Amino acid sequence: MKISYYPGCTLKSSAKNFEDSALCALEKLGLEVDELGRWNCCGTVFSLAADDLIHHVAPVRNLILSKEAKAEAMMTLCAMCYNTLKRTNERVKKSPDDRETINRFMDAEGLAYNGDVKVLHLLELLRDEIKFENVAKKVVKPLAGLKVASYYGCLLVRPKDIGLDDVENPQVLENLTRALGATAVDFPHKTECCASYQTVDNPGVVAERTFQILTSARNAGAEVVSVSCPLCAFNLDNRQVQVVERHPDFKKIPVVYFTQLLGMALGCPEEALRFDLHDVDPKPVLREKGWL
Amino acid sequence: MRVNISQKKVRDAFVAKVEELSGQKILACYQCGKCSAGCPAVSEMDILPNQVIRYVQLGLKDELLKSEACWVCASCLTCNARCPKGIKIAEVMEAVRQVLLRKRKDRVQIPKLTDKQKEEVPPIALIGSFRKYTS
Repeated sequence: MKISYYPGCTLKSSAKNFEDSALCALEKLGLEVDELGRWNCCGTVFSLAADDLIHHVAPVRNLILSKEAKAEAMMTLCAMCYNTLKRTNERVKKSPDDRETINRFMDAEGLAYNGDVKVLHLLELLRDEIKFENVAKKVVKPLAGLKVASYYGCLLVRPKDIGLDDVENPQVLENLTRALGATAVDFPHKTECCASYQTVDNPGVVAERTFQILTSARNAGAEVVSVSCPLCAFNLDNRQVQVVERHPDFKKIPVVYFTQLLGMALGCPEEALRFDLHDVDPKPVLREKGWL
Repeated sequence: MRVNISQKKVRDAFVAKVEELSGQKILACYQCGKCSAGCPAVSEMDILPNQVIRYVQLGLKDELLKSEACWVCASCLTCNARCPKGIKIAEVMEAVRQVLLRKRKDRVQIPKLTDKQKEEVPPIALIGSFRKYTS
């Protein structure tokens, strides 16, 4: 299956640890992806207003680019890109009127879009194409003894017809965690919102949400929290500074991308894992286990 | 709160506008409160998600447009996932925001953001914020 790769803005800037570790892991797994040559913004948030078609133009343009690259599927890593691109795809697929209107903005592109590109998240590729048992076979450094709480946030699982797993109790990240040899820790806040973009003008709200989510993960016994969204990662990692100001007893906990754990288990070098890009340093706990 | 219910308010163009923008039938809600029970943002809201729906049902336009609730909602869609009537509450929140934004009542004033606020966050935070909070 020829797969195009849509990185999105944040993987090329503040989430290099996400991109580098994912690409290294994919190489180790023998899965080839081609980055789209000329991608643009995905729109970040899917417009929920019925009449707001203009904000679906940017994602549709990316879908056209993937089709032009003759890819059967377009892979994303960022949960926000995944949600926006997939939701837009579904909307234009189901509504010929919307599709026609949006296609009127696509005269600069070689073709009109008819909704036939498949949008996939890396987790779906790992689960459904490669399969976790085959991932497990390629593990050279089992993460035995590491207790990982998986945080999904909103956009991987909601809405129901877009989400890649159960809307209330997803398991895909836990199953991957187990395939890597680590211990999956369940915790009740794994699909609770981190307050998202409100981190710009209201970091206090994000700090409170981060406090609840991470305290819940810590109480469940987690040593690290794994995520798949660069905005969740920023909020849960960087906003721990404000959490400590508000709750002095709070004990910080490292937040990593699931691809960093995957890459580490598959034997990726430290230059690809980029554990240097975190606010709460995950290196001490990983060193303690003898993996770095 | 004392509420005066009137035909005039219930049939106001505002109610039709919210229904149109959200694509939801507001009267389908029977106020069970499940949306508010699951909402992770209620502690910051002045009125709860089910009350936002109730205000629309009763045409309480001025009261609703003054409320903070629609700005606190970050469209996490937990309410949508749990509503027993299949009402998309997050879409109603978006409709209320849109009514304000389309009158240029922006929530975030971009020129007033400091360099630190803009530089410390990832690009998706800024784009998300500007998409949701500015016209």
